[in-house]
Amino acid sequence: MTEITMVEAIRQAMDEELARDDRVFIIGEDVGVRGGVFRATQGLFEKYGEERVIDSPLAELTIVGVGVGAALYGKRPICEIQFADFIYPAFNQIVSEASKMYYRSNGQWTVPMVIRAPYGGGIGGGLYHSQSVEAFFTHIPGLKVVIPSNPYDAKGLLKSAVRDPNPVMFFEPKKGYRLIKGEVPENEEYTVPIGPAKITREGQDISLFTYGMMHHYALQAAEMVAEDGIDVEVVDLRTLYPVDRETILKSVQKTSKALIVHEDNLTGGYGAEVAATIAEWGFMNLDAPVRRLAGPDVPAVPFSHPMQEWFMINAEKIANAVRELAAF
Amino acid sequence: MSLSTEKKKEMFWVMLLSRRLDERAWVLHRQGKIAFHISGIGQEAAQVGAVYAIEKGKDWLVPYYRDLAMMIGMGMTPKEFVMSLLGKAQEPTSGARQMPSHFSLRHANVVSHSAPVATQSPHASGIGFGIKMDGKDEVVLTTIGEGSTSQGEWYEAVNFAAIHELPVVFLVENNQYAISVPQEKQMAVKSAADKACGLGLRGIEVDGTQMFEVYDAVKEAVEIARKGEGPSVIEAKMYRLTPHSSDDDDRSYRTREEVEKHKKQDPLIVMKDQLIEQGLMTEEEYQKLEEKAKKVVDEAVEQANQSPYPKGDEAAAPVYAQEVNHD
Amino acid sequence: MATKVIMPKLGESIVEGTVTGWYKEEGEEIEEYESLLDVETDKVTTEVPSPADGTILKILVPEGETVEVGTVLAWIGEPGEEISEEVEKVVEEHKPFEIVEEEPSTDEPLKGQSAGRDADLGFISPVVSRMAQENNVDLNRVKGTGMDGRITKKDVQRYLEEQEGKPQAEVPIWETPADGDLFRPTEMVFAKKEENIPPKKSITPSMVPGKTIPLSPMRKRIAEHMQQSKRTTPHVTTVMEADMSRVTYHRETAKGEAERNNVHLTYTAYFLSAIISGLKAVPLANSSWTEQGIRIHNKINLGMAVALPDGGLIVPVIKNADDLSLIGIARKVNDLADRARIGKLEPDEVQNGTFTLTNHGTKGSLFATPVINQPQSGILGAGMIQKRPVVINDAIAIRPMVYLSYTFDHRILDGASADTFLARVVDTLENWQ
Repeated sequence: MTEITMVEAIRQAMDEELARDDRVFIIGEDVGVRGGVFRATQGLFEKYGEERVIDSPLAELTIVGVGVGAALYGKRPICEIQFADFIYPAFNQIVSEASKMYYRSNGQWTVPMVIRAPYGGGIGGGLYHSQSVEAFFTHIPGLKVVIPSNPYDAKGLLKSAVRDPNPVMFFEPKKGYRLIKGEVPENEEYTVPIGPAKITREGQDISLFTYGMMHHYALQAAEMVAEDGIDVEVVDLRTLYPVDRETILKSVQKTSKALIVHEDNLTGGYGAEVAATIAEWGFMNLDAPVRRLAGPDVPAVPFSHPMQEWFMINAEKIANAVRELAAF
Repeated sequence: MSLSTEKKKEMFWVMLLSRRLDERAWVLHRQGKIAFHISGIGQEAAQVGAVYAIEKGKDWLVPYYRDLAMMIGMGMTPKEFVMSLLGKAQEPTSGARQMPSHFSLRHANVVSHSAPVATQSPHASGIGFGIKMDGKDEVVLTTIGEGSTSQGEWYEAVNFAAIHELPVVFLVENNQYAISVPQEKQMAVKSAADKACGLGLRGIEVDGTQMFEVYDAVKEAVEIARKGEGPSVIEAKMYRLTPHSSDDDDRSYRTREEVEKHKKQDPLIVMKDQLIEQGLMTEEEYQKLEEKAKKVVDEAVEQANQSPYPKGDEAAAPVYAQEVNHD
Repeated sequence: MATKVIMPKLGESIVEGTVTGWYKEEGEEIEEYESLLDVETDKVTTEVPSPADGTILKILVPEGETVEVGTVLAWIGEPGEEISEEVEKVVEEHKPFEIVEEEPSTDEPLKGQSAGRDADLGFISPVVSRMAQENNVDLNRVKGTGMDGRITKKDVQRYLEEQEGKPQAEVPIWETPADGDLFRPTEMVFAKKEENIPPKKSITPSMVPGKTIPLSPMRKRIAEHMQQSKRTTPHVTTVMEADMSRVTYHRETAKGEAERNNVHLTYTAYFLSAIISGLKAVPLANSSWTEQGIRIHNKINLGMAVALPDGGLIVPVIKNADDLSLIGIARKVNDLADRARIGKLEPDEVQNGTFTLTNHGTKGSLFATPVINQPQSGILGAGMIQKRPVVINDAIAIRPMVYLSYTFDHRILDGASADTFLARVVDTLENWQ
């Protein structure tokens, strides 16, 4: 086992899949020669050549649309959108085409592609380099939406995504690219299945559902409140769509209190689906209202540091929310 | 440019059958038997000419919703088409999930398309990209209406194909109207082919009512592409003889005189006359073809009528693939 | 100074009494200990002696009226003494039936408390409601530590753990917490509280000519008791027959000796003995249903139903019947039955029965479906002893047979356990030594 950063884990995943399967290729802005603006594809251009790691025009629609076509042909494209904030020109291709192709052709045509993008704030990026976009896509049958929180999962899940015959949206918490380090087995082929959530900290008092960067802070918050005698069960959702309702409901059955934490804006954010799931199917187990701790309903993450920190959630904020819920 | 007589007659037959089938769809709609039909009447010559220029089963077709004649040429049967009009179970393009004329035919390498226009163009480029990566000599033929070339999707697709010299032939079926919007409101250039030079690839104009001229133009572009020498934009100019679809009333945006004028240039009549003039087909043979066409269409309608509707809950699937089935 | 005459508390849980007759009138003189009035409480009529010498200054509660225990019935003193006009209630200081209760309680146990805001309990969350229902928890007993004092899931869990820890057997009956409703009629002591049954539309007899007999207190109580018993308890009756040959033979030989001891040896004594055997073999049949669980009684107190001459029914109880011999039981039977018929039973002689026998066969009834005498879990009916042809070793014989109808509380017993008990009774009778 070696300890690596999340972005390194992502790079390794792509490296291994490019080596394993000729049909895999990467297309995106600056992914080739430059190795990606976050260095996620560093060294891959040199290793696999311009045939497999393609610098695309500055056109997200092209990146995804061409990806769809290539997938129809039989390739396994990994399409990189440089920042999730710029995914919208490709929205038409993702939602109208990629997600619906299999269904609309009655199973004749599949789109085995990955669309990966760094998301999330806390890096001084302002409105257009900090957005969370998962809520748009966790609503589209035919797509899968995956968000890892640590290097081990990032690598395993990305490999699974590449091998998945369906279009997979893979959002990477950019703040954690270098911040989050973790152990990853060396020279060992492994994948993490897309679908199940993971209980990363077992507890009795409160179920805390989260993903991405917030998972990192949730674990910290859990330690903080443990000193107050509050035992938090932390669940890393990992696959947001399809929803792992089973894990969610089983946890609430145990603890009877649920807190959902995500960086994205509160209203209409992914937490609403988790909350509705619990309210609908876990009602008789509830000992308190289901709570969400989420980003404020303002258009996006502001730039100036104090304003950014006002927007962003941290371990302290999570701990306070946990304490409040525990006292109910 | 050597098309045998047989081939030419075959191509005419496809035009004729397609036309009679198309007309029957209009009848069914006005009878209240189907909900929707979008027509290719007036565009058959260009479509058949183009589709015979590719190698069926080897090359790829990424069509749009007026390409009924192309689809007949690619092997879709009239019965299958009527099934899609009626929404019958297991109709081949989508199992009745899509509206009619959203074509797809896996066994003939015809890619499923949707309704937001021009989304198919980047797919064509993507397929071309895959072909090039594999070093194969397959070619992609993709079609689109002239109005849809206003979409960013089309420009990005053509741009990408041009950058990478992909084996894609972008055929623009300019029928001069995008629902009610005429060409001059759609582009500042005289033809979509003119846009090509701005993007750095070949742009060719051709008379879309002349089946064999279109054949020649497309064939040439296909050969160039097959050799790896890059994509082309071909605009075939024709006229949409019917309203946009079964729900459209075209009296609000064009005159009857205009339509009548273009009816005289109806490619079916033009090609029929041409073949007879050139001694490739007799009037009798033609009448026989008409009879045959009617019979085929009648049979298709009857058989399609008898085939069952899907059960409602068939709509629940298929959402997620368990495996890729076209490698 | 004048002396009050108050309605006495004639039994552990008597709450009220009816004045059924005054021996004296206002103005008459009376001696201490002389009988002053008759009071009826739950089927038992008792003479109340005067507490003092003197003149009856005032009678406040006339004949026929029912008042609560402690109510002032009359004043005795010297003529002209001052007395209070109001009918006061004197509350006894000594309350033998004190319940130790931390929480204020409501009238009914909260079985089936649904989630939501409750007037007394505060907010009940869905999981608390569910756990309470599943575990038969009276939420009034649970201390709330949540926000605004609400009962949380943890509170319920803690309560359940504490309940498990309590050793059931050591706690005497009168210390087992009830729902706080003090001074309830005898039969209701361990009974499940009545559920909130919506008032039925009363069915009045149609206007057919006839007469209406007013309800005596006893009739009212019997009606109430029977209704409540049937309503709250699932009654199932299982019937077996017993060959009474050996009992008959034994009785023939033993009754002479009994008479010499002033004991009239009846079949009742045998039935009661056999019941004791059965209860010893199946202790579950000597029990009562409570919300906290099935209470198995340590004592065998057998009640026997006695029909009263002027209509009505009373059930005197032989306490600790298993301590008695057959003759001892017979003696008790005689005594209680005699005194029952003349209305001379003591209040505690009709209380705390754990099982009841009813000889319904005296007028020819073969078998019946008797109603359980709450809060017991079973009642055995003995039908008429009748010579019948029976098959023994594939031959027909004539034997004195009796049908024994055992009605049991199906919440507590099942067919198997009930039949085990009844079979034991049958066996005891059939193999009488």
